[in-house]
Amino acid sequence: MTAQPLVRLDKPDVGDAFLSVRDLRVHFPTADGLVKGVDGLSFDVRRGEIMGIVGESGSGKSVTSQAILGLHKGSQARITGEIWLDGHELVGASEEQMRSLRGDKMAMIFQDPLSSMHPFYRVGAQIAEAYLVHNKVSKAVAKKRTIEMLDRVGIPNPDKRFSDYPHQFSGGMRQRAMIAMALVCDPKLLIADEPTTALDVTVQAQILDLMKDLQREFNSAIILITHDLGVVAETCDHVVVMYGGQCVETGSVNDLFYEPEMPYAWGLLTSMPRMDRTRQERLQPIPGQPPSLIRVPKGCVFNPRCGFTEHVPGRLCYTDRPDLLPTSGGSAGHAVRCHIEPDERRRLWTGDIQPTL
Amino acid sequence: MSTAFRPDGAADTPLTPADDTDALLRVNNLTKHFPIKQGILIQRQIGAVKAVDGVSFAVRAGETLGLVGESGCGKSTTGRVVTKLLDPTAGEIYFDGQDIAKLKRSQMRSLRTDIQMIFQDPYSSLNPRHTIGTIVGAPFRIQKTKTDKGVKAEVQSLMERVGLNPEHYNRYPHEFSGGQRQRIGIARAIALRPKLIVCDEPVSALDVSIQAQVVNLLEDLQNEFGLTYIFVAHDLSVVRHIADRVAVMYLGKVMELAPRDTLYSTPMHPYTHSLMSAVPVPDPKKEGRRERILLIGDLPSPINPPPGCVFHTRCPKYRAVLSETDRERCRTEIPLLEAKAPEQFVACHFPEARADIASGEDAGIAGNESSDVGSESGTGATAL
Repeated sequence: MTAQPLVRLDKPDVGDAFLSVRDLRVHFPTADGLVKGVDGLSFDVRRGEIMGIVGESGSGKSVTSQAILGLHKGSQARITGEIWLDGHELVGASEEQMRSLRGDKMAMIFQDPLSSMHPFYRVGAQIAEAYLVHNKVSKAVAKKRTIEMLDRVGIPNPDKRFSDYPHQFSGGMRQRAMIAMALVCDPKLLIADEPTTALDVTVQAQILDLMKDLQREFNSAIILITHDLGVVAETCDHVVVMYGGQCVETGSVNDLFYEPEMPYAWGLLTSMPRMDRTRQERLQPIPGQPPSLIRVPKGCVFNPRCGFTEHVPGRLCYTDRPDLLPTSGGSAGHAVRCHIEPDERRRLWTGDIQPTL
Repeated sequence: MSTAFRPDGAADTPLTPADDTDALLRVNNLTKHFPIKQGILIQRQIGAVKAVDGVSFAVRAGETLGLVGESGCGKSTTGRVVTKLLDPTAGEIYFDGQDIAKLKRSQMRSLRTDIQMIFQDPYSSLNPRHTIGTIVGAPFRIQKTKTDKGVKAEVQSLMERVGLNPEHYNRYPHEFSGGQRQRIGIARAIALRPKLIVCDEPVSALDVSIQAQVVNLLEDLQNEFGLTYIFVAHDLSVVRHIADRVAVMYLGKVMELAPRDTLYSTPMHPYTHSLMSAVPVPDPKKEGRRERILLIGDLPSPINPPPGCVFHTRCPKYRAVLSETDRERCRTEIPLLEAKAPEQFVACHFPEARADIASGEDAGIAGNESSDVGSESGTGATAL
């Protein structure tokens, strides 16, 4: 029923990473020019870990998750680089091979559950379908498993709600149903693309708690895409900060909040109004706008908005794109893409930025 | 607990929020029900969506009142009724001493120079077929306001004031980003120097780094033009920054109304407690220690709100703490919005000030180290 996925023998050493993205580039040719949605992204995710991808609109975070799921295949997008999922290489895989992996090894939860579920089919039927595609069982067994999952995600009266349509569920319940659909085949990788942005804060708290519980129970790897740093602090173990299609800083969640070294990360932390600190008289926004992905700024992609370019000799920020290099501050996986000297960066953080928070 | 708080010697302290007679805007028992009709030839009303159900508050000149709550609480509808975009079903709206609730549209027109609105969605609130010049210049034309140097010069100076390039006068909305479109909406709202602006979630649709720019702009304009804001939002962190006083709404009613610092440091209503504890704090170590109050279940329908206190079906105190006689009271008696502490109005039969919820360490309260409800490894959630 499904094609056997290709297992390459020449795969690089990814260690114990379940998902390994290597130099991913996703470019879209358009009438206005080449849109560089993602331009050289690499990261690893292990089982049992929650990796947060943080970025604003146009940073490339959703394009990345769609590339992992192979949703760009068949479109005009030009994808280069490698994505290794448990021994399978995804960029070169065919649509057939991707279909066998989706739902089974990896699944996705989308931002808006109302538009992600088919309005004409009952919720239970949609979830059971996901199970039946990957498992040769009877419909009755699939129904039983679906009701189990609905119960597991906290939907009351799951046997009755099985026959409801998506519009009969509230926003929070619909998102839970989406989580049930994503988890019904026990995927080892779950990608959640802004799963709580459209939900109220009290419902968000319930959903995030549920995701953490399920992750502990199934030992899944989770990629959580969000722009909300509070959500990152609450749920993630590691973070990738994306800007203009590139990763500009990555590390553990403590690295990002207590020892960030990239001016964009500083800007994100200082521009947020916070409930847990003394109220500031005036917010400190990052000046300017997110960059155009067609006319990407030459040199460092953040240079038009960076207030620290004078700490770099010459015009390096405007001519050379910095590499993502490991830094000694913080955890072992902490890496930063910036031309400023690491010691200078740490000095700026502890001396100038952190006291203002 | 059931008598309103009366501070010594302060006979003129308001006991209910609408008692503030000096306020620019005073709303008393405002109600907006949307009828549900059934029938083919003859439509009968079979019920109503009680979107706003007896809301009272006052806004003083020059201050910002934050109106917070989750979806379906009625905050946006309240904003629209105050600006008379929707007609109220009942209640009074005193603007500058005059009751505008029953004024007809033609009578309201002249008041529109004084009451304006900024909308949430920068994409649908601007006419895509009009240039910026037309959009921002429309208030002058509609109100037939005289200008010194002509409408175009006024519009360009407004554009500059909100941070737009005046040379873009002839551009269309689709040529601007979301943050810039929101600035156009702001320019349009301040064009006639209104007294009161209702901001309906003005930054929710914007990126985090742009939100801060727009919030700063709104504050600057408030200081420069002496504006009064009603700031409707669901983001508690943004409201904490910009508001002077905050009203928390739930299912069409105000649950708590207090000065900002009081509300964020010692909230008294159980709903405010759970709302504050649900906001994730961007600090991993603090997040791991925090106590979370999770609400069980879904929001009841505003067509059929629960009897007595509308919050009792989800109230953590009702579920876990109160005795049966107390619960009976919550089920049958609607709590009035009364002063339970100086300037702090709470609609609850059993309010309790709690200081450790939103900003434990900042308020100088000893942190939650001792109440180790699931520390670093746990979720720290107390589902009551």
